[in-house]
Amino acid sequence: MRHLYFPGCTLSTKAKGFAASGEASARALGIDLVELSQWNCCGATFPLAMDNLLALVAPTRILLNAQKEGDHLVALCSICYHVLKRTNRLLREEADKREKINLFIEEEYRGEVRVFHLLGLLRDEIGFETLSQRVQKRFQGLKVAPYYGCLLLRPFQEIGLDDPEEPRILDDFLASLGCEVVEFSHKTECCGSYLTMNSSEVTRELSHAILRSALASGAQAVVTSCPLCQFNLDYRQGEMAAHYPGFAQIPVLYFTQLLGIALGIESDTFGLADHHVDPRPLLREV
Amino acid sequence: MRKVGVFVCHCGRNIAGTVDVERVTEALRSYPGVAYSIDYLYMCSDPGQDLIKEAIAKRDLDGVVVAACSPAMHEITFRRTVAAAGLNPYLCEVANIREQCSWVHRDDMERATLKAIQIIGTIVEKVHHDEPLVPLAVPIARRALIIGGGIAGLQAASDIAAAGYAVILVEREERLGGRMAQLSGTYLNFDSTADLLSEKVEVVTRNPHITVLTRAQVEAVGGYLGDFKVKVRQQGNDKEYEVGAIVVATGYDLYPKERLSEYGGERYPDVIDGLEFERMLSPTGPTAGEVRCPSDGRVPQEVVFVQCAGSRDPERGVSYCSKICCMYTAKQAMMYKMQVPQGQAYIFYIDIRALGKGYEEFTQRAMEEHRVLYLRGKVSKVFPQDGKMMVWGADTLSGKRVEVAADLVVLATPMVPNADAFGLAQKLRVATDEYGFFSEAHPKLRPVESLTAGVYLAGACQAPKDIPEAVTQGGAAAAKVLSLFSQEKITHDPIVAAVDSELCAGCGICVEVCPYEAREIHPLTKVAVVKEVLCQGCGACLVACPNKASHLRNFAPAQIMAMIEALEGG
Repeated sequence: MRHLYFPGCTLSTKAKGFAASGEASARALGIDLVELSQWNCCGATFPLAMDNLLALVAPTRILLNAQKEGDHLVALCSICYHVLKRTNRLLREEADKREKINLFIEEEYRGEVRVFHLLGLLRDEIGFETLSQRVQKRFQGLKVAPYYGCLLLRPFQEIGLDDPEEPRILDDFLASLGCEVVEFSHKTECCGSYLTMNSSEVTRELSHAILRSALASGAQAVVTSCPLCQFNLDYRQGEMAAHYPGFAQIPVLYFTQLLGIALGIESDTFGLADHHVDPRPLLREV
Repeated sequence: MRKVGVFVCHCGRNIAGTVDVERVTEALRSYPGVAYSIDYLYMCSDPGQDLIKEAIAKRDLDGVVVAACSPAMHEITFRRTVAAAGLNPYLCEVANIREQCSWVHRDDMERATLKAIQIIGTIVEKVHHDEPLVPLAVPIARRALIIGGGIAGLQAASDIAAAGYAVILVEREERLGGRMAQLSGTYLNFDSTADLLSEKVEVVTRNPHITVLTRAQVEAVGGYLGDFKVKVRQQGNDKEYEVGAIVVATGYDLYPKERLSEYGGERYPDVIDGLEFERMLSPTGPTAGEVRCPSDGRVPQEVVFVQCAGSRDPERGVSYCSKICCMYTAKQAMMYKMQVPQGQAYIFYIDIRALGKGYEEFTQRAMEEHRVLYLRGKVSKVFPQDGKMMVWGADTLSGKRVEVAADLVVLATPMVPNADAFGLAQKLRVATDEYGFFSEAHPKLRPVESLTAGVYLAGACQAPKDIPEAVTQGGAAAAKVLSLFSQEKITHDPIVAAVDSELCAGCGICVEVCPYEAREIHPLTKVAVVKEVLCQGCGACLVACPNKASHLRNFAPAQIMAMIEALEGG
C-alpha cells in the first residue's frame, strides 16, 4: 500500500540509517513509503507560546504539500511526528489560528491530512501478531529497554498514540520481534533534548539517569524512535564514563534497525557502524 | 352543570404585565357554566386564598379554577384552600397562564390575553367533568430495611429500633462494621475504632427489634413508600420482607490503585493505599499494628504520603475532593511517627482541607509536635531504584524539585461508590450522580432523602464522608423513617386508572403494558383490576386497551374532548 512519507532533515543527514532501515523494512512489509516530492524542515519544535503562529508556518506547508499528493502522511522521527500531528490538529480545530496562518501562506489548508507514525501503522494496519509471523530472525534472549521519551506520546490529548504514563506500543513491537522487553522506570523521562546544544551537562545527567535505569533492569540495548534521543543517549556516553564511575556502556538502537534485521534485510545501509557505542558485537552475539 | 368560580392571579407583573387580567376576568364571567370570576394581585397569598374561600361560601360554588402559575407550584396550595372551605379538593384545578402563557409571549399582550382566556376555558370544561375524589389510604409497614452494616447503617438501625420499630439490617460481609472495622484509630483522639465499633455492634445485635442478616444482599425491590417488598438473598436462600422504608448505607470503595500508573499501579508492593496502611496500623491487622514494608518486612525509615492521589484530578482520576484524606493522612503520619520516632514522614498536598471542629489544630499538631514534613506539591512519579521507592515531586513553595528515596509510599486514593451501588440503585429506582454516588433529593434541604419516596440515604454512599458525618446522617435518616412511621396513615394520589368492567374483555394487554405492576386479571371475574396504590397514573393502559375500557380518573375521554372543543370554539 502506498503511503506518503515525510523523512525530515535528520533522517536525511545524521540519521540516514534510521531512514534506510525504516524504508526497507516498510517495503518488506508491503508499506510503500513514497517521499513527498517537496518538503521543508518541520521546525523541529512545537511552539510553547500559544500565539507563536509563525513557527507553525513550516509544518503547515508540509501538510499542505501532502494534501496535494495524498490524504495521509507517515513520519518516522518522533519530533517530526509530534510537530506535524499537533500542527494538523490546531489547523483542524482552532478556526481563528487557522485563518491567520492561511492568510499568511496565502493558501487554504484545514487539517484534512491524517498524520501517522510508522509504529502506529505497524500496530494498527499490519498488527504485531502478523508482524511476528513475518519475522525471519528472532532476537531470542535479547534484553531491550523500550525508550519512548516525551514527544512521541505527549500531550496525550493531541497525540493520542498510546497511554502517556504506561505506554505499550514499543514494548509490544519489540516483543513481536522476539526480544525480551525489560520494564524500566525511565521509559518516558526526558533525555534533555535540545539542551544538548547549550547545556550538555544537563543532557548528560538526564540521559545517564535513563541509561542507568535501563542497565539496572538488565537491558542490553535501548531502543528509540527519535534521532535526538538517540544522539543524547548514545553520543553522550562518551562523557558519562568520566563522570559516573562504574558506568557501563550500552548500545542505543532505532526500532527500525531491529525491525530490518528481524525481517532478514541486509543491514549494510542501516548505519550501525555510525553509532558511538557499536551495537554490532551485541547483534552478532544474538 | 357545576357552578364554577374563576380566580385570575396577577402574580405581580409576572402575569399582569403581559396578560390583560381584567379583560380575562371579564371574558370568563360570561363563559358558560362560570358563576363568578375575580382577579387579584397574588392569589396564593392569604387574602387571595380568603377570596376563594369566601366565594365558595357566599356563591355556593362547587368548582374552582385558579388561573395562575404552573400546577407544579401551587396546585396543592389551592386544593387545600378549597378543602378548608368544604369543597372536595379534586374539584379545584389550576390553569397555567404564567409559564405557558405570559412568560413566553412577553412581546404580544393581545394574543397572550386571548390565549389565557382559551387556557382557562379548557380548564373550566375539565372542572365541569371532574369527579370528587378521595385520596387512597396506604398501609404502612412499620418496619425498616437498612442496606449496609457500616457505621451509618448501624446508627440508623439502633436509632429506629430504639423507638420500638422493627429493623432488618442487611450486610454483604460476614461481620458488621463496614469500612470502620478496617481502620486503626480515629483522628483527633486516636481512639481505637475497634472499641468504638464494638459498642455500636453490641447495641444493634442485642436489640430484639433488629434482625441482622450478614452475608446477605438485596436481590429485588418492589412496592412503594410504606409497603416495599424486598427480596433478600442470604447464602443462597431468598426471603421476602415487607418494609415501609429503606435506608441505603452502602458506603464506599477506594479508587483502584492500578489506574494510577504514574505511581506504579499495582506493580510495587511498597506503594500502598490508605486503607492498606490502616490495616497495617490496626492491632488486628496482618502485622499486628506494626508498620512494615510489605516487600521485605523492614521498618520503613522514610515514608511518603501522597494526598490527592487521583482526587481533584479530572485527567487521571476524579474531579472531586475526597474530603477525608487530609485528616486521615495527618493521623497516619502521626501514628507512624509515634511508632518510629526517628523515621521521617513526608506529606505531599495540594491544599490542606481541615474543615471540622478541632481539625485544623490536629494537622498543626502533625507538623509541630510530630515533625511531619508537609510539602505543597504533587508527586509526579514513583519508581523503584536501588531497593527504595524513588518519589519525584515538587515543592511549589520553594519552587524546587523534590526527590525522596522512600521505604514506603502511601497513596490517599479517592473514595468512590461501592462497586455494587449502581446495581442496587437500579433495583431501588434511585438516581445516582455522574460518579455513581446516590443522589440526594435536595443538596441543601433534603440531604438524607432520595427522590424516591421512602428511600433514605446515609453515609458515604451519597458522597465522601468521615465517621462523625456518617453517624450524623445515619441518625438523620432514622429520624425521617421515624416521622414516617409515626403517621397514622399515608395517602396516595387518587388520580389513577379505572376499568369499566362492562367493556373489559379480559385480554390482559394492559397487564403487560403497565410499568408499575399495578394491574392484574381478576381470577374470578376475568376482567382487569387496578391495584390503585401501585398505579402512578401514567396512562399507558388507556392507550393500550382495544375496548377503551380503561380511563384515568379526572382525565376521562369525554372530559378531554370537552377541553379540546373549548379550544376550537375559542
